[in-house]
Amino acid sequence: MREVAVVAFAQTRHTDHDEGLSEPELIAPVIEEVKRVSGLSRFGFTCSGSCDYLAGAPFSFVSALDAIGAWPPISESHVEMDAAWALYEAWVRLQHGDVDSALVYGFGKSSQTDVREVMTLQLDPYYLAPLGLDQVSYAALQASALGAPEAELREIARRSRADGRANPYALHLPDPTGDDPYQVRPLRSCDVAPPTDGAAAVVLAAGDLATRIAERPAWITGIAHRAEPHYLGMRDLARSASAADAGRAAGVGKGPVDVAELHTQFSHEEIILRDALGLGPDVAVNPSGGPLAANPVMATGLIRVGEAARRIMAGDAARAVGHATSGPCLQQNLVTVMEA
Amino acid sequence: MPSEPLVAEHALEFPGGYTRTTGPVIGRFLTELRDGRLVGVRTADGRVLVPPLEYDPHTGEPVTGEFVPVGPAGTVRTWAWVEQPRPGHPLDRPFAWGLIDLDGADTALVHAVAVDDVKALRPGLRVRPRWRPETDRKGHITDIACFVPEVTTMVSPQRTEYRVRPGASLLRFLEGVRDGVFLAGRCATCDKVYVPYRTVCPSCGSRIEEQVELPDTGTVTTFAINNLPDPRAPEVPFVSAFILLDGADVPMIALMGDVPAHEVRQGMRVRAVWVPPEERTLSMSNIRWFAPTGEPDVTL
Ligand SMILES: [Zn+2]
Repeated sequence: MREVAVVAFAQTRHTDHDEGLSEPELIAPVIEEVKRVSGLSRFGFTCSGSCDYLAGAPFSFVSALDAIGAWPPISESHVEMDAAWALYEAWVRLQHGDVDSALVYGFGKSSQTDVREVMTLQLDPYYLAPLGLDQVSYAALQASALGAPEAELREIARRSRADGRANPYALHLPDPTGDDPYQVRPLRSCDVAPPTDGAAAVVLAAGDLATRIAERPAWITGIAHRAEPHYLGMRDLARSASAADAGRAAGVGKGPVDVAELHTQFSHEEIILRDALGLGPDVAVNPSGGPLAANPVMATGLIRVGEAARRIMAGDAARAVGHATSGPCLQQNLVTVMEA
Repeated sequence: MPSEPLVAEHALEFPGGYTRTTGPVIGRFLTELRDGRLVGVRTADGRVLVPPLEYDPHTGEPVTGEFVPVGPAGTVRTWAWVEQPRPGHPLDRPFAWGLIDLDGADTALVHAVAVDDVKALRPGLRVRPRWRPETDRKGHITDIACFVPEVTTMVSPQRTEYRVRPGASLLRFLEGVRDGVFLAGRCATCDKVYVPYRTVCPSCGSRIEEQVELPDTGTVTTFAINNLPDPRAPEVPFVSAFILLDGADVPMIALMGDVPAHEVRQGMRVRAVWVPPEERTLSMSNIRWFAPTGEPDVTL
């Protein structure tokens, strides 16, 4: 396996409203920042993650290419998923050995529509989508299957929001009051990731190039993706078998974990993922505040990898986990292990 | 001069709906739904998938061609409560989403469960589909309008009519009440005064010969604060009290009034509040209620 590392990471100061920026305008500053930090102006491969349904326009990712300079022609790809999967594709591309660098970026403007309904469109079109089962509803079914005590959910929401207020890029949300209205019982508003606009970018580099760019690259020592049955009734919703499998395949348990950034769009998901990934109480989970403090859909998973890598590059952590999820109720899970 | 932000609205829509072919497995399920039946498909290892898929989700192997009737009843395994339904939801009033284990199935069906209140949900709740009218069914998951709880209780209205008369001693007591007097009887054997007036002593069985007129003042011996409405009571909460009329040996039950419920206490001195003489009938309703006199409490 070729040695590949995260060597640069940038994200927008996320907002809970539409700032009037077009997608290329949203992306351009983070692309500029990772170019400046990495010292690279061209990349062997470029891959992005976004969702056309957020803009309601087909091929909306194509116009976003304006922000990266696609001429002379570049080698480029896109995933209609969170950009963490674009990072996975870029990592695979770097394993081919003929290119040494990759630019990965993701973006989402939740403000343009209702994410709760957009996520209904990802459900199977025969049995679930026609019921109008929305994102908070199916998440609430999972929270109910888990049977997590409300006090535990509230504490996760409280801690995430407090950490988010200490993170200049996250939204600054008040402490939950404890009697927020239920969105769908048992989930209250504070248990649901807030609508967020934002973007993020990561530079991957292989071998010597990585060590030339970064003093302390975040080497990817394991990365794995697993999926479970799509239909909710065919799974044990209280557990995440695919996160556990991906965690094992990526080698999460092969050493102590200092920091884990988990793609938790709902409070109860942290409980399920900690269990699936075998993260003990000593592991700092989502010190950035996590998605409960900023959820720029389609960049949120990439930000988990970037935040985990940033702590290694800064010397604050020796071993970190970045996690991303897709599909209803943690159906798919991508786990990245990084080491100094 | 600041300009208004430029904003446009647009909708993404497939007019008339998006047409999908179903294939033989999902198509069979939807066809049976249209006929008001629920079926699952058997996997190679014998499990029954509901709703059916073309493959075993755990092994990826194709399922067998065997379709198995399931349900229609099932058990709610897990639910989430929707207080505010959204436009695309199956019901337009508060409802639950349920993971429902249909009888005979090895996987759970996701659907709406209609109950009036979240408190009606419990693990193991038995439910049945409520089908759309046959003419409206078209082979769609919403041919089941929702699931509803099985019948476990029923209410049967009951009413029988009677014509009752008070008997001679009660009639005499009520005539007294009409005239603003409490009539009691004294048992010569027991030396006890009973009110309302009666002609036989409940203790010793002797005939009571002596009629006594009691004043309309007395003392609260015990009371209850009632929080359920009663047509005879002025408002909720109201107090019903046992009142020992002065000179009586047994208390009489009556309403309390002209006093906040939480100020009523044992030993409180009270007096009957009568309706005006011209409104009186042969009825206890001649006494509106008992009200405090303001005298010091007495020790019982
Ligand atoms: Zn007697």
